[in-house]
Amino acid sequence: MTTSDDLPIKSNSDVVLVRQHVRTAAVNVGLSLVDQTKVVTAASELARNALVYAGGGQVRIEIVNNGIRKGLRLAFSDTGPGIPDIPQALTDGWTTGGGLGLGLSGSRRLVDEFDLQSAPGEGTLITVTKWAR
Amino acid sequence: MDRVPVLKLGDILIVSIQIDLQDQSVLALQEDLADQVVATGARGVIIDITAVEIVDSFIGRMLATIAAISRMLDAETVVVGMRPAVAITLVELGLSLGGVRTALNLEKGVALLNHLDGAQIVTAAQ
Ligand SMILES: Nc1ncnc2c1ncn2[C@@H]1O[C@H](COP(=O)(O)OP(=O)(O)OP(=O)(O)O)[C@@H](O)[C@H]1O
Ligand SMILES: [Mg+2]
Repeated sequence: MTTSDDLPIKSNSDVVLVRQHVRTAAVNVGLSLVDQTKVVTAASELARNALVYAGGGQVRIEIVNNGIRKGLRLAFSDTGPGIPDIPQALTDGWTTGGGLGLGLSGSRRLVDEFDLQSAPGEGTLITVTKWAR
Repeated sequence: MDRVPVLKLGDILIVSIQIDLQDQSVLALQEDLADQVVATGARGVIIDITAVEIVDSFIGRMLATIAAISRMLDAETVVVGMRPAVAITLVELGLSLGGVRTALNLEKGVALLNHLDGAQIVTAAQ
């Protein structure tokens, strides 16, 4: 059985809500405290990116099961400008927004699975999964 | 938007972050602290993050910026109470918070500021 939760990301307060919903789901999945902290931090980065670079988007929070373990899957989607050079965007320190350039690359390190699909003019879809140990 | 109160104890400004802050509140805190450092002539700033469950790149950058701003205004900043899970996550995220001094708790933070200043910063505290 999977349960899922869709949330809009349209404002800074939505980013806070995303963090809170992801935390609750991470607890329900049985993630350790450190893993909860990692996945909530990644969610915060990806939600803020959707807001800042795409003017908003949404996230689907899903509890998944691969037959052996439970996991938490988050899919962030937006219909913004897209990312022209994905390897470059995933490089530590690369930013077009005056940030630290750690949101994407850092989030990738904080989760078990990271998938980024994007093309100029076609928006961005980032799916991350953290499995319970 | 929530505003975080800034308390004054002797020559130290103390900020305790108790709720999950949205980005504007984080920026407002940064400005409030800079104003208050100048207005009060404080020599030290303590940011207590004991209750903070995650520090992402935005809050991390705010901590580093506050430290840099207050240093320019002749005050030292100490971040206290970071949770172990937060520290582990920050390192993996890639944020080392190089320029930010830390102490395990408020008491040690005050002791560190006193030590840095060479004099007793907190005159009000027993
Ligand atoms: N959803 C998105 N839509 C379009 N471009 C994006 C999106 N997310 C990230 N990017 C691009 O990828 C770059 C890197 O993103 P990343 O989150 O790693 O760093 P940052 O947001 O610039 O800084 P930080 O997150 O460290 O504060 C961004 O500067 C932006 O150009
Ligand atoms: Mg970012």
